[in-house]
Amino acid sequence: MKIKMTVNNQVKIFECEPSDYLLDTLRNNNYVSVRRGCDTTNCGVCTVLMDGKPVPSCSVLTVQAEGKQITTVEGIQEEAEKIGNYFGEEGADQCGYCNPSLALTVYAMKKELVNPTIKEVKKYLVGNLCRCTGYISQERAIMKYLGDKS
Amino acid sequence: MKVSEYIKAKDLNEAYELLREDRKNYIIAGGAWLKLSVKSANKLVSLDALGLDKIVVLGDSIEIGALCTLGQIETNELIKQLYDGILVQAVSSIMGVNIRNIATIGGCVMGKFSFSDIFPVLEVMDTTLVFHKQGEVSLMDFLNNPKFEKDILVKIKIKNNLGKGFFKKVAITALDFSVINIACSKTDGLFSLSVGSTPYIASPCYKAMDYINCLSDINLESIKECANKVVEEIKFSSNNRASKEYREELAKVYISRGIKQVSNYEN
Ligand SMILES: Cc1cc2nc3c(=O)[nH]c(=O)nc-3n(C[C@H](O)[C@H](O)[C@H](O)COP(=O)(O)OP(=O)(O)OC[C@H]3O[C@@H](n4cnc5c(N)ncnc54)[C@H](O)[C@@H]3O)c2cc1C
Ligand code: FES
Ligand code: FES
Repeated sequence: MKIKMTVNNQVKIFECEPSDYLLDTLRNNNYVSVRRGCDTTNCGVCTVLMDGKPVPSCSVLTVQAEGKQITTVEGIQEEAEKIGNYFGEEGADQCGYCNPSLALTVYAMKKELVNPTIKEVKKYLVGNLCRCTGYISQERAIMKYLGDKS
Repeated sequence: MKVSEYIKAKDLNEAYELLREDRKNYIIAGGAWLKLSVKSANKLVSLDALGLDKIVVLGDSIEIGALCTLGQIETNELIKQLYDGILVQAVSSIMGVNIRNIATIGGCVMGKFSFSDIFPVLEVMDTTLVFHKQGEVSLMDFLNNPKFEKDILVKIKIKNNLGKGFFKKVAITALDFSVINIACSKTDGLFSLSVGSTPYIASPCYKAMDYINCLSDINLESIKECANKVVEEIKFSSNNRASKEYREELAKVYISRGIKQVSNYEN
């Protein structure tokens, strides 16, 4: 079957099966920043934005994304770079596996929450696991990014 | 999950016929639980085109379409007001934002999950389920009927009540299932109490409610007695998350706090 959606502002038509998940469809079409972790909706590394909202692409069938606007980290390059710089400065970049999904979620959070407290930030990001950093350096980086109005 | 066909139903009748046609046909909402629980499906029937994703006030009720996501519910201003926002508290305690942006209230209800964080809350609010064929069914009739006929949940109705509410979830980590969850409410002078994840499916505490609702006044003694009655009547067990005894102690503590909170009790 052919499924049409917009990925990073470009209209795409993907050939897929009804059983295909968005994660696989995106990866098979070279959006390799979208990663697989648990594959059971627990870790958040497969997160993409669907109509601006973070969703776990491992659990969204490609057919369910028909007609939707999908954003991967390539679609928010400028902001991702900014977030990445704060991560670098704070030592929040280790293996980097979780970074694209975290950057997307932080980007969505900045649009959704007005001046969030650290508690609200932690609650928002609870579904984005990182095996390396222990989260403290990420927290510092994210709070700095949220304060950056440039 | 292996899927042979994905069909966007044109109306509820079509969806209902497809659902009844074959044991391996399923309604798909967010699909998050289906992915983990179903190995192969013949037809997945989507209700996406049927406008079931609205939250509206009708008469004296708030109606939540079955396809409303948990994310939609937790940010809804009306629901934030309902019983001090306990449904929002329960919903926002489930996993992370990303899953809440796909998981739906319909999927939560139809899953009849023993670990459900929303059943205790729905049980202490005046909640009715509306099905396509069977019409209005009380939440407890649905939960207590293991042979409930296959049907499509269209919406849930909650009396638009500004009563007092309390919700507490205890979990080992933020992403884990509850060790226990407790909800209390007070409307028109009457308490409603429910305990879930015991680890069985949430249940109202009928005897404890009878006891406390017959008292003309409450005090520390009667609150303690009520909490003891909860532990006597509700079945608690041990599993790999917590022991029976720990759950019982938690239930006593949080039922007491809940009663105090919803009755503005000050020692
Ligand atoms: C990893 C994970 C952890 C979770 N942790 C928790 C937790 O801690 N606490 C908690 O309360 N919940 C938890 N949940 C459950 C979650 O909140 C949702 O309830 C669940 O994902 C189902 O919602 P869904 O929209 O994805 O339903 P789906 O997966 O699409 O459907 C679930 C079931 O309901 C049926 N169904 C769906 N909608 C309808 C309808 N309108 N009419 C008839 N049948 C219908 C489907 O056929 C299927 O059998 C968890 C889920 C996952 C995947
Ligand atoms: S891979 Fe999707 S949540 Fe872990
Ligand atoms: S930096 Fe390695 S998983 Fe987060």
